[in-house]
Amino acid sequence: MKPLLEVQNLSVQFDTLRGKLPAVQQLSFSVTEGEVLGIVGESGSGKSVANLALMGLLPKSSHVSADTLRFQDFDLLRLSSKQRRSVRGGLISMIFQDPMSSLNPCYRVGSQIEESINIHQPEVDSSHRRQHVEQLLQAVGIVDVERVYRSYPHELSGGMCQRVMIAMAIACNPKLIIADEPTTALDVTIQAQILELLAKLNREKKMSMILVTHDIGVVVEHADRIMVMYAGQAVETGKVDEVISHPQHPYTQALLHALPGYHSEREHRTPLPSLAGLVPDLIHRPQGCLLSPRCPFVQDRCKSEEPSIEIVSGRVCRCFYPLGSSGDPS
Amino acid sequence: MLVNPKSVANHYHRLRASGGLDVVFAFAQNKGAVLGVGIIFFCIVVSIFAPWMAPYPPDQIFVGKYTLPPMWFDGGVSQFILGTDDLGRCLLSRLIYGARVSVGVGFLVSLYAFVVGTLFGLVAGYFGGTIDQVIMRCTDILMAMPSILLAIVVVAVLGPGMFNAVFAVAIVKVPNFIRLVRASTMAEKNKEYIIASGTFGASHLRQMFINIFPNILAPLVVQTTLTFSDGILDIAALGFLGLGAQPPTPEWGTMLADAKNYFLSSPWFVIMPGLCILLVVLGFNLFGDGIRDAFDPRLKK
Amino acid sequence: MKSPILQAIDLKKTFSIRKTWNKVQSFEALKGISFSIEKKKTLGLVGESGCGKSTLARILVGIVEPTSGEVLIDGKSVQSMDSSEYRKKIQMIFQDPYASINPRKNAGTIISEPLVINSTLSKQEIRDRCLSIMSEVGLRPEFYQRYAHMFSGGQRQRIGIARALMMNPSIMICDEPVSALDVSIQAQVLNLLMKIQDEHELSYLFISHDLSVVRHIADDVIVMYLGEIVEKGTRQQVFYETKHPYTKALLESTPHIRPSEVSSKRKLIRGEVVGHVSVQGCSFQSRCPLVVDRCKTEKPELRQADSGHFFSCHVVQ
Repeated sequence: MKPLLEVQNLSVQFDTLRGKLPAVQQLSFSVTEGEVLGIVGESGSGKSVANLALMGLLPKSSHVSADTLRFQDFDLLRLSSKQRRSVRGGLISMIFQDPMSSLNPCYRVGSQIEESINIHQPEVDSSHRRQHVEQLLQAVGIVDVERVYRSYPHELSGGMCQRVMIAMAIACNPKLIIADEPTTALDVTIQAQILELLAKLNREKKMSMILVTHDIGVVVEHADRIMVMYAGQAVETGKVDEVISHPQHPYTQALLHALPGYHSEREHRTPLPSLAGLVPDLIHRPQGCLLSPRCPFVQDRCKSEEPSIEIVSGRVCRCFYPLGSSGDPS
Repeated sequence: MLVNPKSVANHYHRLRASGGLDVVFAFAQNKGAVLGVGIIFFCIVVSIFAPWMAPYPPDQIFVGKYTLPPMWFDGGVSQFILGTDDLGRCLLSRLIYGARVSVGVGFLVSLYAFVVGTLFGLVAGYFGGTIDQVIMRCTDILMAMPSILLAIVVVAVLGPGMFNAVFAVAIVKVPNFIRLVRASTMAEKNKEYIIASGTFGASHLRQMFINIFPNILAPLVVQTTLTFSDGILDIAALGFLGLGAQPPTPEWGTMLADAKNYFLSSPWFVIMPGLCILLVVLGFNLFGDGIRDAFDPRLKK
Repeated sequence: MKSPILQAIDLKKTFSIRKTWNKVQSFEALKGISFSIEKKKTLGLVGESGCGKSTLARILVGIVEPTSGEVLIDGKSVQSMDSSEYRKKIQMIFQDPYASINPRKNAGTIISEPLVINSTLSKQEIRDRCLSIMSEVGLRPEFYQRYAHMFSGGQRQRIGIARALMMNPSIMICDEPVSALDVSIQAQVLNLLMKIQDEHELSYLFISHDLSVVRHIADDVIVMYLGEIVEKGTRQQVFYETKHPYTKALLESTPHIRPSEVSSKRKLIRGEVVGHVSVQGCSFQSRCPLVVDRCKTEKPELRQADSGHFFSCHVVQ
């Protein structure tokens, strides 16, 4: 089956005063219909930049290049600005981390949702629009629709605002939702509610989803496939259960082991294994594999040669010596 | 709950706008600002080296050489490059010495306004409550009056003269500083690093001057440069009205006042000091805008 | 039984907010909090935003005055101590590594500040102590002169820890010390916190919204909801013999990392934290799955389940 979204060798560079900063390098992934792809990485790993590049939302100081950047039959790199507007919001929509600042504080919530419908479906007349908005608010689990419709963003809680953002995102029945840290600013109990809502939309409306997050737990519970990013590159991609239970890339393994909750039987207060050092400076990149200065299994080859993506039995891993099921290099 | 930057663009701005060197770099890319620095630098050099640069002392009278035009006009002589005034003094020399007065006045005005405004602003913003109310209502009253009118009133009370004029103009500028400093202090005092210092028992003075003050300096520097040019302009205006520097002090505003009777017969006599004021004020404004843009990453490309 | 090093007795804090015109509304941020921490132990404090965790932390380090109640250190009321003696006992680590250190100062000045304020040591002595603490928290000596903006989040948090250690306190209040950090850095900082706890014989109050972190580091746990303690006990009791429906909801809502542990039929609680309107009865009633009529009229008191295990609920037995 042809995937809904196909990305091949996406690269994004920023011009900075210190030099060229390659924020995303040779990133390839795809999303099929109805699938949830989780992208995990630490801050600065390029996970958000990649998605902003898809949406064409990056600032002018960036250079985006790719072999393929295809959504349905649209080439996202060669859209006219009019086409881009209709794809953005109409076919792909985005949910951001901070719901409070993504809504305009000067207008009532209801009219902001109406506005977004107005842009993409101008043929709907105003009385139907109102009805449509109320249906949307119900769909995202808001009980007192009437009150929320007339509220200003500051009168609503963070979780409520995020529901409104989701209502706006699904207003035009998009095929793909990109959720960039949708629950990071929210409390755990609210986070669970919002994630449940997204999962429901995915199930019932067959919306594909890209779930960008730093929280592996969120991806484990809600994604079908996972892509782990490190320093602008995808280091490992695969089915969630396979990657989590048997990580092949040392970085994925380290990320999981550093979580206090990864081993439920872990001794109380034992030191957590963690990678030494920091994410490399991308402007002055280390030679060879980007993880080599921090990798516990580093070999001589890793320091001189940069590994490319290897596909082994349906799993994608960027490492010369992928880890076996025992957790050591095979 | 990541406190990381809300958008990615923001994140990269943080990378770029972090160092002091970057501010200089951003400043140097702004052509207007560099021009402003050039004008200011020239003006300062001229005022320091005035005795060596000026062909004559500013109050030396050449009998019989009244209102000569600049040398490149008919009737001009090469002895007086920009001509002479109605009393037969060399206009170029007076303008050069006038730079001294203007730069000094600008400096004094902004220094006074800076010190007094920062003091009151910090106290008002840091303590809040009644002190804040009292200080802010007083500044409101000061700001409710037209500034030049207020300066005239102050000079009328104290009597005309250079120092009284400086004092008057500085008082007018203080409220701007108080408001700016108060607003920045209020934003800064609830930040975690101030609270952290509080947990070590930092005194109020330490919090205000050692911890908060350096962090609100950026907008203050901008305000100070803009006040510099404002001060020069206001002093010139007072001089023009006869309330500032008294003759024979070579002050540009006073010179303008002297020249106004000769406007039709010898227009250069008016134009030259006017042009000087315009250039210096423009220089400081360009400089101030440049600094503001350099400090504020949001305005960067 | 050992005597606790830090005791909070019935702490209450009421804020009044001035609404439009002269209507003054007050809300209770803390409604009578009592707990104690024993020497060298870690007390974990869990709760969502708005439950009063930060207010509590600020009262304990003395930046906010409680409306009523008392804080005792080593059995002695903090009100009877002078400022410097108090600061030497208790220090705080902050959540946001970007906001909690002064951007215009270098690392050395930031770390030295507590001693500059509270001691009569010479500059050289302070500098020596600063360098030795820096090496202890994993900061290289050449960082001494470096300015705050040149450090990463993890390094900034180490600066914050070094600063708190300078006074050689016996109690440390950690207000979400790792929530702003990336996973791998979070692990490094947690390890560091555990290491210095052993070396300096520190007692921690460890505030976090991340249950897995608290489960890993804490000996005892209290759970707060809207300014009240709803459950407290040992780590084992609170996480594995959970009583209160709110604690259960928190545990259910936290995403699991092991795919095998993901249960398909988890119970999520509805609704959100209702703002600070005083309600009759249990403060959790609007979201509680087990709510009965009694919860709406009568406020549940903390009841003992086991030795040291307390919870406040009418329904759960």
